[in-house]
Amino acid sequence: MQKYSIFSLVKNAFSNHEKWDLAWKDPSPKKEYDVIIIGGGGHGLATAYYLAKEHNITNVAIIEKGWIGGGNVGRNTTIIRSNYMHDDNALFSEFGMNLWRRMSQDLNYNVMFSPRGIINLAHSDAQMNTYARRGNSMRLNGIDAVLLNREQVKEIIPMADFSDNVRFPIFGGLMQPSAGTARHDAVAWGYARQADSMGVDIIQNCEVIGFDVSAGKVKGIRTSRGDIKAKKIGLCVAGSTNILAEKLNMTLPIETHLLQACVSEPVKPVLDKVVTFGAGHFYISQSDKGEMVMGGDLDGYNSYAQRGNLPTLQHVLTEGIAMMPFLSKLKMLRTWGGIMDMSMDGSPIIDKTHIEGLYLNCGWCYGGFKATPASGWTFAHTIAQDRVHELNAGYSLNRFSTGYLLDEKGLGTKTWIS
Amino acid sequence: MLYIKCPHCGMRSQNEFSYGGDASIKRPELGKETSNKEWDDFVYNRKSPRGKHWELWQHLSGCRQWIKVERDTATHEIFNTLKANEDIST
Ligand SMILES: Cc1cc2nc3c(=O)[nH]c(=O)nc-3n(C[C@H](O)[C@H](O)[C@H](O)COP(=O)(O)OP(=O)(O)OC[C@H]3O[C@@H](n4cnc5c(N)ncnc54)[C@H](O)[C@@H]3O)c2cc1C
Ligand SMILES: [Zn+2]
Repeated sequence: MQKYSIFSLVKNAFSNHEKWDLAWKDPSPKKEYDVIIIGGGGHGLATAYYLAKEHNITNVAIIEKGWIGGGNVGRNTTIIRSNYMHDDNALFSEFGMNLWRRMSQDLNYNVMFSPRGIINLAHSDAQMNTYARRGNSMRLNGIDAVLLNREQVKEIIPMADFSDNVRFPIFGGLMQPSAGTARHDAVAWGYARQADSMGVDIIQNCEVIGFDVSAGKVKGIRTSRGDIKAKKIGLCVAGSTNILAEKLNMTLPIETHLLQACVSEPVKPVLDKVVTFGAGHFYISQSDKGEMVMGGDLDGYNSYAQRGNLPTLQHVLTEGIAMMPFLSKLKMLRTWGGIMDMSMDGSPIIDKTHIEGLYLNCGWCYGGFKATPASGWTFAHTIAQDRVHELNAGYSLNRFSTGYLLDEKGLGTKTWIS
Repeated sequence: MLYIKCPHCGMRSQNEFSYGGDASIKRPELGKETSNKEWDDFVYNRKSPRGKHWELWQHLSGCRQWIKVERDTATHEIFNTLKANEDIST
């Protein structure tokens, strides 16, 4: 594989950039692989990369029904953080933060990781108390957390509404200075390029339509491009998890819901943090191009539509304008949506299943982009060793029946309001 | 914008309703021995199909009644609405 560097850039300039190698090949599926990963999103691509890199398993195929990066990995608002209270979530996410910090070097691909910090705003004394508690839990787990008072928040984001007669005055906030954003497409492409270079087959335009299971063991998959055999198969299909689960006669603690996001026209640099509104569900950051990147609530009812509905967008942006009034002057550039695998306790599942050789990775809810490296790393371990790693032991499938739920927000099973 | 025909009030905009999830889920019978599996299926496990889905909605800013709606989760087409006490099979 060609290494990307200042020297290769200069060298290729002499040939008008026409002689760059393809970043990954376009192979036809083989008859059999050691491992098949279904879904060429961030998690599937990262899993294949870590299977090859950490476990020397390179006879691997990624099967993607569309094109890699066309799902949620290319639709999210790129927030990366580990500001969780519960140990299982905190340790898993912080392990991921360490992978993010060296990802560009590791993948030889600029993923534009930007640890600019995230602030969760508080709008009451009670909320300040819960943030103090969460911040302390984070620090006990070695994660950076700073509790800010109103004046400190005002210094950092003076454009927020600090006037007196607002419905939700800003009391302060909890900041994780090391949180941030990254370029989502680059994450998918960087993992794809490295996985491909180590021998992984990336097979696009190939839809999995069924499974070959006998005597409790998985034997292979049926696809739109023929049957493919493998003794180990990993599911990384995010919002399509229930569709494939049905073909395996499994009913999962997952529902598919639609999440929208939008960007404004680009403006000059105004906001150098990720900020979340604490009295509703709205978050915002500014992209390198200058667009304000915004998102919030789910559309609120089961959906596979991959496009959103205006009432929700209006609701979310109303919160945004309450928090930062200047937003009302901006024109909207684009809105889009992605179908999300919402789990019943808001935490993901990375586990084995009752079918031998079948592994499950799903339930990412709002936070699957930041989990991409840690999810790929632990899922690769789970598949290669046929046992979960301690980092994903809390993300078991049977926690719902045993009662060991990981409900970070304490919101219960109504996935559409979580 | 969805338009939902409330069986009590007629056609109204989505803004008047709030969602209540899968309407086909049945609570295990009271007083009967319930296995963990049955309880699990009732509380957590959902089919969440792509296509026709019977679901509960509440006409919150209207008559406040819970109703059942048959909607396509990919196209949002609404086929049928029922009162809460009417059976889905009818
Ligand atoms: C609007 C929006 C904003 C978000 N913001 C954030 C954020 O700020 N921070 C954050 O951490 N997370 C965020 N998320 C969540 C995050 O994007 C997802 O949780 C994560 O991307 C899911 O994992 P993935 O990348 O593997 O999924 P995907 O990219 O969706 O990959 C799944 C792939 O499986 C393929 N597939 C499905 N069915 C089949 C089949 N039968 N055969 C073959 N292939 C199949 C799909 O085509 C798709 O490419 C956001 C999501 C959305 C929609
Ligand atoms: Zn009504």
